[in-house]
Amino acid sequence: MTLVLPDPETLCAELIRQLKPHVTADTALVGVHTGGVWLAERLHSALGIALPLGLLDISFYRDDFEKTGLHPQIKPTQIPFEVDGRHIVLVDDVLYTGRTVRGAMNELFDYGRPASISLAVLIDRGGRELPVAAQYVGAKLEIPPGHMLVLDRDDHGKLRLKFDA
Amino acid sequence: MRNPQLNDKGELQHLLTIEGLPRETLTHILDTATSFVGVTAREVKKVPLLRGKSVFNLFFENSTRTRTTFEIAAKRLSADVINLNIAVSSHTKGETLLDTVDNLSAMHADMFVVRHAQSGAPHLIARHVASHLHVVNAGDGRHAHPTQGLLDLYTIRHFKRDFTRLSVAIVGDVLHSRVARSLIHALTIMGTPDIRVIGPMTLIPSGVEKLGVTVFHDLEQGLRDVDVVVMLRLQSERMRGALLPSAQEFFKYYGLTPEKLALAKPDAIVMHPGPLNRGVEIDSAVADGSHAVILSQVTFGIAVRMAVMSILAGN
Amino acid sequence: MKIHIKNGRLIDPANNIDTRSDLFITAGKVAAVGKGPGGFSANRVIDAAGLIVCPGLIDLSARLREPGFEYKATLESEMLAAVAGGVTSLACPPDTEPPLDEPGLVEMLKHRAKTLNLAHVYPIGALTVGLAGEQLTEMAELRDAGCVGFSHADVPLQDNQVLWRAMQYAATFGFCVWLRPQDGYLAKDGVAHDGEVATRLGLPGIPAFAETIAVATIIELMRATGARVHLCRLSTREGVAMVRAAKRDGLPLSCDVGIHHAHLSEMDLGYFDSHCHLRPPLRSGRDRDALREGLKDGTIDALCSDHAPVDEDSKLLPFGESEAGATGLELLLPLTLKWALEMKVPLAQALLRITQEPARILGLNAGHLSEGHTADVCIFDAEHYGKVTAAALKSQGKNTPFLGIELPGKVRYTLVQGQVVYEAGTG
Repeated sequence: MTLVLPDPETLCAELIRQLKPHVTADTALVGVHTGGVWLAERLHSALGIALPLGLLDISFYRDDFEKTGLHPQIKPTQIPFEVDGRHIVLVDDVLYTGRTVRGAMNELFDYGRPASISLAVLIDRGGRELPVAAQYVGAKLEIPPGHMLVLDRDDHGKLRLKFDA
Repeated sequence: MRNPQLNDKGELQHLLTIEGLPRETLTHILDTATSFVGVTAREVKKVPLLRGKSVFNLFFENSTRTRTTFEIAAKRLSADVINLNIAVSSHTKGETLLDTVDNLSAMHADMFVVRHAQSGAPHLIARHVASHLHVVNAGDGRHAHPTQGLLDLYTIRHFKRDFTRLSVAIVGDVLHSRVARSLIHALTIMGTPDIRVIGPMTLIPSGVEKLGVTVFHDLEQGLRDVDVVVMLRLQSERMRGALLPSAQEFFKYYGLTPEKLALAKPDAIVMHPGPLNRGVEIDSAVADGSHAVILSQVTFGIAVRMAVMSILAGN
Repeated sequence: MKIHIKNGRLIDPANNIDTRSDLFITAGKVAAVGKGPGGFSANRVIDAAGLIVCPGLIDLSARLREPGFEYKATLESEMLAAVAGGVTSLACPPDTEPPLDEPGLVEMLKHRAKTLNLAHVYPIGALTVGLAGEQLTEMAELRDAGCVGFSHADVPLQDNQVLWRAMQYAATFGFCVWLRPQDGYLAKDGVAHDGEVATRLGLPGIPAFAETIAVATIIELMRATGARVHLCRLSTREGVAMVRAAKRDGLPLSCDVGIHHAHLSEMDLGYFDSHCHLRPPLRSGRDRDALREGLKDGTIDALCSDHAPVDEDSKLLPFGESEAGATGLELLLPLTLKWALEMKVPLAQALLRITQEPARILGLNAGHLSEGHTADVCIFDAEHYGKVTAAALKSQGKNTPFLGIELPGKVRYTLVQGQVVYEAGTG
């Protein structure tokens, strides 16, 4: 793949810039495993969010269970705050078909009724199959179908983007 | 011989017995169950995994407890649950086991949870059903109770972490116990070095050492320094055959009292598959005491069954 | 009908013959072996090149399911199975419905068999009325009706006093008593050998000593009564040792083992395969090995099919609820050959176990091809390997653990009283 990938550190800084004006003491951040959680951890500390970080594993809410079965590794879901009436910023690394976000929202609604959910993503690569949009986007990138873009983290916590085989 | 629990891809199609399953499979089930424990702690205890699926509880042997936990587990996965108490229906009219299964399959069942008095009945059903159907053994004769073995395993892992350093004692009517057999298989697969069965000679089956256990007929010797004590239920029928004289004598020599428990490690846990026979196999002081984790077993049981059902349904 | 069987390898263990030799049959009897009688003009010539020509096989136990169990099989289907398996004489146990405890029933059975004109049938009469274990049957009358011995089939005869009296009565007339050595109480509710496999599978077990205790009792009663006894379907290592010792003491004891037990063990139960639900149960590998050795050294006199056809529905049940038994008439020869090959037993010695020895136990002048004697002949291809399939079996019992397995030995012709009653390839 000859497409040049942007530096996620730069994109992360851009997201922080976009989010800052909208963060209040009551804002909740929820990262979607796995890439979304790494990103959310960065945003959480950089934005000084008061409420503890929420983590979401959507394995039980995926719509492709019939086809692919249960994921072998299920990470813990922790929502350490009241969801009722909360303004939540959902964080994920790559927005593509929109199905992950749909699952994440369904799961959040099983915890309560949020006042609003907005979405922050590092990369919006188009290719939507559901009417889902991100309010905060690091960068838009055209990637042909058949290529999986993932966020990776090295041992020092530095983020990088790559294509999964 | 091909393991009848696995499909052509080597994935778990049915859960009939723990025996012969790889360690990774057991670990996967336990890890998945951990996530479901989280779900059952929320207010909305449901996830949509099995929505649209029909789970039929085929109980040829009465058991409200086990059937209820399977029903709760299936409903928390958003499945439709149908309960069939065959003991009182067509079976008594002479319909064969496989005919009953065929009729139910025709009603678009996706999963059968089967309890039967005969060892091997779930195996027979699994051999017979169409390839998309899953069979979960909820207890067959003396042979196996794999979800119980798994929830026992989960409980031990929760409190004790490392199987490879444990000493586990299983006490009571091992001869008739599918719970004991499943737990023994589960512990040996997880690498438990010291597994003991304790009971009078009449209640210990032939050749049980070959399963990887040490036999004790003396409770005090058998309990010495163990980390986990699993008490088995003693059914009243045993007193009627020539196996045991009385519940009183059994309790005196094999019942778990605080004094006997003191011989185990100070932080030993006490487990029991339920329902308890207070004063027969276990003293109330122990059952209600700080070492007992019996109620935790029940909670974990639902999560483990949710894990088993969702893993099977996804394969 | 004059028949000339030429170019075959004639094996007649009783007469010590194992060589290329022709066989000549006239009017249902062996006219000559080797050189034809002068002026012999055959009506039919059978070319047995590459085949074995031996006495028709004699099976010590085949359940024909008549009278009473016709939904499992009929006399006709099972007799066709017998001759397809090269069996020309068979003994049937008395556990029909009603049991063979009255001369009338025995005569009817013999008559039915005779009209079919296939194999010879030798009924074993019931030892007690209704096999209820209380009252003796009219053994002499039954003998006159055609019974060659008296047995209690698989029904436990728990009252040792009745057993003692029955053996005394049989001994009075010199009758042979056929007994399954199994203590009814110790075997009660059991469906598998009490050991490692039954424990793992959670199946109620029948301990080995259920057999050995019964063998010991029977041997003691033999010493007390002088009765001749045939032990049916030995299954334990210890049992073989006890028979060996009793024979050394000169007791008139004979015994047999079922063909399935000569090959299989408890391990073959696998995942609750009800085809392996047999009586006696399949025991440990060591027991099986002792049975195989016992057959080789002659402690065990005969192999028998223990033919027990079971309808398919009765096997499609959980192991403990399924009916015990396996089809065997058509597997008697292949499984004997398989045992012989594996144990390196010469063919002639192996064939003894299913020809002359069973004849001796039944008290028949049979199982040999002597001149002037009834021409019951089996002609088979020892080199041919065939797969056991439900379609290929003529018996209505299709239940055997050997389904799908390739076994050696294919019967090409079976002759009873000089008539070809079975010919392969004619369906």
